[in-house]
Amino acid sequence: MADLTCKIAGVTSPNPFWLASAPPTDKEYNVVRAFKAGWGGVVWKTLGEDPPVVNVSSRYGATHYNGTRIMGFNNIELITDRPLDVNLKEIERVKKNWPDRAMVVSLMVPCNEDAWKKILKRVETTGCDAIELNFGCPHGMSERNMGSAVGQVPEYIRDVTSWCKKHCDLPVFVKLTPNITNILYPARAAVEGGADAVSLINTINSITAVNLDVMAPEPVVNGVGAHGGYCGPAVKPIALCMVAEIARDAACKNIPVSGIGGISTWRDAAEFISLGAGSVQVCTAAMHHGFKIVEELADGLSNWMDEKGYKSLDAFRGLAAKNFRNWNQLDMNYDIKARIDPDKCINCGLCHIACEDTSHQAISIAKQGGKNVFKVIDQECVGCNLCMHACPVDGCITMERVDNGKPYMTWNEDPRNPAAKKTA
Amino acid sequence: MSKAAGQPANTDVDIKTGRLTPQQYDENFGDIHPPLDGNNAVIEANRCYFCYDAPCVQACPTSIDIPLFIRKISTGNVRGAAKTILEANIMGGACARVCPVEELCEQACVRNTQSEKPVKIGQLQRHATDHLFARKDAQIFTRKPATGKKIAVVGAGPAGLACAHQLAQDGHDITIFESRPKAGGLNEYGIAAYKVPDDFAQREVDYILSIGGITIKHGQTLGKEITLAQLRKDFDAVFLGLGLAGVNALGLEGENIKGVENAVDYIEALRTAKDKSKLPVGRRIVVIGGGNTAIDIAIQIKRLGAEDVTLAYRRGPENMSATDWECELAQTNDVRIRHWSIPKKILSTGGHVTGIEFEYAQLDKSGRLTGTGDTYTLPADQVFKAIGQTFVAAPLGHDAPQLTKKGRIAIDHDGLTSLGGVWAGGDCTEGQDLTVAAVAGGKRAALAITRALKEKKYG
Ligand SMILES: Cc1cc2nc3c(=O)[nH]c(=O)nc-3n(C[C@H](O)[C@H](O)[C@H](O)COP(=O)(O)OP(=O)(O)OC[C@H]3O[C@@H](n4cnc5c(N)ncnc54)[C@H](O)[C@@H]3O)c2cc1C
Ligand SMILES: Cc1cc2nc3c(=O)[nH]c(=O)nc-3n(C[C@H](O)[C@H](O)[C@H](O)COP(=O)(O)O)c2cc1C
Ligand code: SF4
Ligand code: SF4
Ligand code: SF4
Repeated sequence: MADLTCKIAGVTSPNPFWLASAPPTDKEYNVVRAFKAGWGGVVWKTLGEDPPVVNVSSRYGATHYNGTRIMGFNNIELITDRPLDVNLKEIERVKKNWPDRAMVVSLMVPCNEDAWKKILKRVETTGCDAIELNFGCPHGMSERNMGSAVGQVPEYIRDVTSWCKKHCDLPVFVKLTPNITNILYPARAAVEGGADAVSLINTINSITAVNLDVMAPEPVVNGVGAHGGYCGPAVKPIALCMVAEIARDAACKNIPVSGIGGISTWRDAAEFISLGAGSVQVCTAAMHHGFKIVEELADGLSNWMDEKGYKSLDAFRGLAAKNFRNWNQLDMNYDIKARIDPDKCINCGLCHIACEDTSHQAISIAKQGGKNVFKVIDQECVGCNLCMHACPVDGCITMERVDNGKPYMTWNEDPRNPAAKKTA
Repeated sequence: MSKAAGQPANTDVDIKTGRLTPQQYDENFGDIHPPLDGNNAVIEANRCYFCYDAPCVQACPTSIDIPLFIRKISTGNVRGAAKTILEANIMGGACARVCPVEELCEQACVRNTQSEKPVKIGQLQRHATDHLFARKDAQIFTRKPATGKKIAVVGAGPAGLACAHQLAQDGHDITIFESRPKAGGLNEYGIAAYKVPDDFAQREVDYILSIGGITIKHGQTLGKEITLAQLRKDFDAVFLGLGLAGVNALGLEGENIKGVENAVDYIEALRTAKDKSKLPVGRRIVVIGGGNTAIDIAIQIKRLGAEDVTLAYRRGPENMSATDWECELAQTNDVRIRHWSIPKKILSTGGHVTGIEFEYAQLDKSGRLTGTGDTYTLPADQVFKAIGQTFVAAPLGHDAPQLTKKGRIAIDHDGLTSLGGVWAGGDCTEGQDLTVAAVAGGKRAALAITRALKEKKYG
């Protein structure tokens, strides 16, 4: 059986599955239920200065797609709305009762050294394993010059991180906002400030939907709406890319990453880890299905690792990051063609119309015995994969390699590239 | 050698009215497929792949754009979905309830091939049309400017109504001549009651007529009050949607004694009865036939309180024209189906049927149906004949259009008969004897009539 033990920035947990800082980690009650269910750790819901914030009623919006609920999720909630004292006492008690689980405390206070120093002193007394600096919230807190208002300015990230390193001995995780053009700038700033790890992504600024009766963004609060933070399965591709960019960036110096964003299944987790993530954090999937999903996450990951012969998380961590390249490093000689398995085909015509209307007119349609039959025209097929993705039957359209092993040739080496270096 | 598989013929006939409580009648003749609610409709709609050149559309005689209307349901545009349906098939509401979808659209659905269940096209179609009919803005059709052309339609069944509605859209004025007191044809008088409860057939007729320009004259029978020759003189075009007025006979002695009835007549009595408890219902019933009419009478008589219902069919299960779903429905309604049984002799006492004798059947070497010589007898208080209907040509008069070999009105691909200016469609012509096919036939003829009137010629 694969060993799921997770070590990241000096924090150890029995498995890599942590609950992200959010409502599931807002109270002792929830966190104890999570630990009972098997979660490896939590990042406690972000603490701030007293008096606590006040939340509005109507807080979440969602994107439902084709009958699937909560493809994407957004919120206009702020940080914890309970007094600091209450949270700290609960954190201390839970850590004492669950010593093997990771207890990370998320923090957000105004951008001055004193404010950070003050709260750090109090947090240290809880016995927690690490702190996470929330530079992420794109809504509400950012209007008060916190959250993503800090996370969008690399210098602030660097400074706050270094204050934290100076005033406490705990490992410092810096949680990054994706609401920025290039994730490497804030990531490098965190490294410069001495961060022990980065966590990403926080939520993406968004309007999930417009209520066409009220004529206001969802979630509607008495006739109007605000922008909120987007998360859930829909954001996974964005998060994966940002994690991978950091993993391959020399200036980021292999800083450990806690991967977050749309993780719902063991496969999602495996993808994040293969792109370099240490632990993975989950919020929306737990809010949608409850804590029990961790059983599938842990069992699925462990089965897959057994199948592949990976004994520990380190055995495959970052393997896919090594194969993450820029476009100009891809092989121009690689050639694939679509292949339709007639035994699996259900004659829906989706491959044909996709290629015919929007791609390369490479799938012909012909009547045979009253049925439509579809064939790939090799000369026209550019191997784009569109039909394979559109086909509703798994494994019905596959892409076959046809280039017969011509040598690897990048665009930089390609004679068709007007800017290619002439090799004399 | 005669082998007795059943009990001896009974002597005391047991026919009663009011076998059930009022509540039981309501339950037994309520909606057989409760409608999908909004949420389930969306879940089902999302199962549709939005196929290109979709097989389901090809399998629909009225070519409803099924992927499009289903997609509209999935996006919450239910009124638009109904519009897509009704523009192709004005009786989309009835068809959603009565079509043998397991042989038409749903049979062709690609989801079957994927070894899953087909998309519930019929149920979704009903969801959309029910939604529209319940709205204040249900009228989605308009009429083109008046052409001044007058068209006679004979028969207010699905074929006649569909024809009239299309002609009304095209700006003509239509008079429908109908012998019965109500419009709707077999939707009103023939289809099983539990398929079209809550007076759906009349509500649909009202919707069809609400477009305007259509007048129905009831109590007007072709061959009696009116003649084809006169209609051809008085109108710019004539459409015949006469349906099938005759029924096949068993050809046995005693076929007309008391207790032996035509299934369609009994169903008509059932459909028109204000109070179902007044219908005479036997205790032991034998139905003869293998089509949907046989199934319908068997199930309905059972649901009226008959104790023991047997459906006897000459050939094997694969030869029955009733669909698998219908046969299953009969069986779950506790109707026994006996195959390979040829009716031989009607047994009676005092002028009333008491039973019927069957001979076992088999196929001989050349594949022909023959009796084995062995017989069995079933006791019966009522025997229902459901062995097919026939077209009766007499009302067409002397100057009648040509008939096909099978005795239906011969038409070309546009529905035109051998007589100039006379079109026909529905059951009185050859094809699938189904509501949806009748609608398709009526509409096709209407479009051809409009074209012909524009070109001032009769094709
Ligand atoms: C018992 C039974 C059950 C059925 N169940 C189904 C089912 O579940 N699904 C399905 O799709 N189909 C079913 N059908 C078939 C379907 O009802 C018919 O195919 C359809 O009604 C044909 O429409 P039509 O307009 O051609 O004829 P009809 O519906 O028969 O309409 C003909 C109309 O013309 C009138 N008429 C006839 N002669 C004259 C005349 N001389 N002068 C004036 N008016 C006249 C009649 O009164 C009637 O109103 C069933 C049929 C029967 C008998
Ligand atoms: C309702 C809600 C509240 C959140 N509150 C916080 C918070 O207080 N601090 C924080 O760092 N992130 C917060 N987040 C962001 C999550 O921790 C996480 O980064 C994000 O939801 C992406 O993960 P997911 O796709 O698994 O949900 C919140 C998310 C949600 C849905
Ligand atoms: S791979 Fe692309 S080009 Fe080739 S058949 Fe499929 S859709 Fe067309
Ligand atoms: S999309 Fe797939 S199932 Fe549909 S016709 Fe093409 S190959 Fe067949
Ligand atoms: S065949 Fe089935 S899946 Fe395809 S369009 Fe028709 S209903 Fe939808």
